[in-house]
Amino acid sequence: MRHRFETLYGAGPGHLAVLLLGVAVAGYAASIVAGDPLWPWMAVWFVAAVVGHDGVLSPLAAAVDAVLRRLPHARPTTVNYLRVPALGAALTFLMFLPGIIRQGEPVVRGQTGLDQGPFLGRWLLLVAAMAAVSALVYGLRRLTRR
Amino acid sequence: MERHRPPLPRFRSPLRGPWLTSVFGAVLLAALPVVIVTGLLSYAAYGPQFGQAIPGDVGVLHLPWFDWPATPSWLYRLTQGLHVGLGLVLVPVVLAKLWSVAPKLFGWPPVRSPAQALERLSLLLLVGGILFEIVTGLLNIQYDYVFGFSFYAAHYVGAWVFLGAFVAHVALKLPHMVRGLRSRSLRRELRTPTAATRPEEPDPSGLVAPEPAAPTISRRGALALVGGGSLLVAVLTAGQTLGGPLRSLAVLLPRGRNSAAADGGPNDFPVNKTFGVTGIEPGAVGATWRLDLTGGGTLVRFDRDSLAAQPQHTATLPIACVEGWSTTQTWTGVRLRDLAALAGVPEPAGAVVRSLENGPFAQATLTSGQVLHPDALLALGVNGAPLSPDHGHPARVVVPALPGVHNTKWVRSIEFRSS
Repeated sequence: MRHRFETLYGAGPGHLAVLLLGVAVAGYAASIVAGDPLWPWMAVWFVAAVVGHDGVLSPLAAAVDAVLRRLPHARPTTVNYLRVPALGAALTFLMFLPGIIRQGEPVVRGQTGLDQGPFLGRWLLLVAAMAAVSALVYGLRRLTRR
Repeated sequence: MERHRPPLPRFRSPLRGPWLTSVFGAVLLAALPVVIVTGLLSYAAYGPQFGQAIPGDVGVLHLPWFDWPATPSWLYRLTQGLHVGLGLVLVPVVLAKLWSVAPKLFGWPPVRSPAQALERLSLLLLVGGILFEIVTGLLNIQYDYVFGFSFYAAHYVGAWVFLGAFVAHVALKLPHMVRGLRSRSLRRELRTPTAATRPEEPDPSGLVAPEPAAPTISRRGALALVGGGSLLVAVLTAGQTLGGPLRSLAVLLPRGRNSAAADGGPNDFPVNKTFGVTGIEPGAVGATWRLDLTGGGTLVRFDRDSLAAQPQHTATLPIACVEGWSTTQTWTGVRLRDLAALAGVPEPAGAVVRSLENGPFAQATLTSGQVLHPDALLALGVNGAPLSPDHGHPARVVVPALPGVHNTKWVRSIEFRSS
């Protein structure tokens, strides 16, 4: 019986039980907002988060990394002096995007009494600082290795 | 089947493999439960028994009901600071974990059995759940409501969608993680430079690249990169919760280095909702302002001078908001329990505080424990000065461990409930 189940399903009954439980919790949770007229938007954002990561950001990051790797380098690891500040810039840009592009400013001003003016300049300074530190470390390494 | 493989991306990093994925998985397994539980505690702190938590009806998907305590005063500051702060710090780890398992997304054939189809569906809930929580959380702490729906409802439901899939994922993958962690020595990896970095042993999980490229970074380098990303996020965000000199490093968040007063004075600390957007007539908080106390049968009314003539109590308490930021100040005012006695309800079962403003957070219901706490105040001043309009002049509530938004500002009335 069990063997037959595993042949048909592809795994043991515990596998099925655990996953059905997880899906059931998700379905039950989704029913909490079933009466919310904006629930389809929530679902769209849910799927868009996956597509945005797996279909846009990840391939983009891989493509940029491939370009960086193909640049002429003194040694294979030199690419990391570009990679690290680039990843730092991308991470902070994505996480603090609303302030940097001044999205939602009327609400921010109403809530905090401050506008979003300083954020872009601060982020650019941060990116410049990360790039400068990386360049400095690279330069020092080149000097000490000679 | 392999012959029919479409031109899917090929993954060639020599770093991918069960060990690396297990390391990221172990970090998330240790830390995400803290983020989840503190998030659910925040729901409890909002007072769902009074209908003031959102979403209102969550069926069985909540922690056991309990009255949110008023002691210790830093409780909500701690739980919500952890929820937001740890959630932010884990973003690089989540991205690294997803990077490490990327080849599985493009595995061919896409579905081999009903078991695998179901597992992939649950992975959609898992990955969609964590990314949805990160995106909505990040937008909310920056007041960017571009998504249009209720943040509270969506973030709460998204959390349970993730939690169900997370528990299932851990149940199925825990043995793999343990095996993965045991397959290599962390200590040895931390001593291995790029030149000596070799791919992990080929394994049936499909994580190890079949045709690995030459390494450009070591495993310790990759771990340092992810840890450095988390450290960077911590430096940029911890100040909004911890305050002090760290606050000046929170340069990209709304509750970072500046606050609206910007004068270094007693009211120069972060504001949650300025007076200007409340729609309250300036005259309503002037000389004609009155505080109504009800619940004792007869209405008891105070003007600001007679409130200031009551015995005053001073307490240093944090205001801690759902966005994770907090600020600790020294408040002076009349104890809520003294006001309850003045209203004729010396042992209240609770109280409803109403503001002059309108809107969803214009009133808050407090438990008896919150009203009777010796540091629970109707504050008239802060740091030795009268409250500024943005901080709730003429009077605001400050209750230990209460979520910030329920510390009602521009208070109009307090109704003490005897049962």
